[in-house]
Amino acid sequence: MKSWQKHLGLVLPLLVVAGVVLWPIITDNVSARESAFTILKAIALASSLNILLGYTGYVSFGHIVFYGFGGYVGLYFVNDHGWSIWAGMLAGGIASGILAFLLGKAILRLRGAYFALATIGINEAMKAFANNFDLFGGPIGMVLNFSVYKAYGGAAEALKMTFYIMAGLTFAALLISHFVRSSKFGLGLLAIRENEDAAEVMGVIAPNAKTWAYVLSAIIPGMVGVLFFFKNGHVEPPVAFPLHSSIELLVMVMLGGQGTVLGPILGAFAYQGMRGYLVTSDFFKDIQLSVSGVVLLLIVLFIPAGAIGWLRHRIPVLRRVLA
Amino acid sequence: MQQITLLLTSLPDGILLGFVYGVAAMGLTLIWGVMNVINLAHGPIIALGMFGTFFLFIRLGINPYLGLVPIAIAGLLLGVVIYFTAVHRVINAPHLSSLLATFSVNMIIIGLATAALTTSPYNVDFSLGGFKLGSATILGTRLVAALIAILVTGALYLFLYRTRPGKFIRAVTNNRAAAELMGVPSTRILALSFGLGTMLAAVSGALIATFFPFNILSGGGYELKSFVIGVLGGLGNPIGALIGGLILGVLEGIIPTFMETSWVPVIEFGLFVVILLVRPKGLFGAKK
Repeated sequence: MKSWQKHLGLVLPLLVVAGVVLWPIITDNVSARESAFTILKAIALASSLNILLGYTGYVSFGHIVFYGFGGYVGLYFVNDHGWSIWAGMLAGGIASGILAFLLGKAILRLRGAYFALATIGINEAMKAFANNFDLFGGPIGMVLNFSVYKAYGGAAEALKMTFYIMAGLTFAALLISHFVRSSKFGLGLLAIRENEDAAEVMGVIAPNAKTWAYVLSAIIPGMVGVLFFFKNGHVEPPVAFPLHSSIELLVMVMLGGQGTVLGPILGAFAYQGMRGYLVTSDFFKDIQLSVSGVVLLLIVLFIPAGAIGWLRHRIPVLRRVLA
Repeated sequence: MQQITLLLTSLPDGILLGFVYGVAAMGLTLIWGVMNVINLAHGPIIALGMFGTFFLFIRLGINPYLGLVPIAIAGLLLGVVIYFTAVHRVINAPHLSSLLATFSVNMIIIGLATAALTTSPYNVDFSLGGFKLGSATILGTRLVAALIAILVTGALYLFLYRTRPGKFIRAVTNNRAAAELMGVPSTRILALSFGLGTMLAAVSGALIATFFPFNILSGGGYELKSFVIGVLGGLGNPIGALIGGLILGVLEGIIPTFMETSWVPVIEFGLFVVILLVRPKGLFGAKK
């Protein structure tokens, strides 16, 4: 395959994300910017989860723990030590990466549902820990001093800036997702997903590969956490470690198609769009959770490969473009 | 000395609660043992059991313990319905599918119940008095609930080991393909097992409603406890679940005597992860 053809699959994801970024810039609309921020955040988190879930085949039910933990560490440095948001994000990303490395060494030995249960346990343990840890403010959490935003030209400017940083993080998540998938390392991960024992026989060092996949899938969520809590100005345990958000991320990845680059992006877009519609519609707003549940059930039962997986299966010509 | 008094007051309560937790976990672990499905709709069904007690007792004036019978039957039927709509098609699929399928049931129940019942707390005002045991006060409701939990466990044991459908369930647990070859109607047995699992969840919820205020989201906490207990006692081992429940209850009684109560979940979930890593078959071995 020619080298440029290998990267053809990156074109559509980049176009979609660029579209989401440009939409509020062109319309110059603050509420559109907020919606775009939420969508970008979902895309970045879902694409990161996809590295572990889609490529490696390990179901992490508590992936939000990296978002919460990284966010807490980053915000702690920004708040208590006066670090800039950049340094804070770096600290959050590194902290999440280290946490994933240590956890990965331990829990990636578990397979199937046992791994899923362990990730739920870790998320709950971490939430309970943050609730008790005085350095992180215990149950009250941390509230940013408003003067922090002055360094960035006031709160309004800081809000605008967080949008552009979020866009950058989303592109980074996308590139990581694509380059992992098209690399030899990614091929090893896909082999683990299909059959871990066979992969090891063929020379994939599964424990290492899995651990690095876990670390790669944790860094961006950690940075997104710092950015989001910086934007919100506060963090508290239930906001940082919501188990249902972990599962929403799984839904996004499933919806679009696990194991593809474009799938989680479309899934995140569609899920947030659907949710936005349901919450505001008169008829559905009270039962929006139930409607989401029915949609999820239908997908799991009838198109488990997700939208992109289904298209790739039905129309083989598209396989080159829809990576 | 003061700590020992504190321990003696909080331990009996923990033990009695542990039995009830055990019933909830038994439902989860039965389903896991038979079909390797982790039922993420367990929490909302526990909560529905709580509301069952509320409506039967407060609205219709039926004694909460008598109310257990209709709640159990409703739980069984609900489980069978859930099995055929959500679980049957994904039973042989990868774990992600069955986890998400049961989670979607969780979302559907919580969504509908939130719309109908809101999330404000409900309370079943029911008391059987209490009596002093040394420095501890034992509440009547908790003692009766623990006795019922033991009865339910005994009944489940008899059902699994002495009756034909129970033996079928154990056969399917051991080896579904072989059981099918021996003429066991496996689909019906799977549906029955799922129904029994949700029945136990609903019954435990109905019992818990007599001690604590609750809302539709309350089941989530007990679902997480059920995971911990299930892993302690060995996933797929219903009798181990009762012992696991006791261990958790004892822990909840002991921990507050030497550290703040808010650390209890940290220890519980930490222990949970450690046991998964060190002895994933549980302390008493998994399914037999």
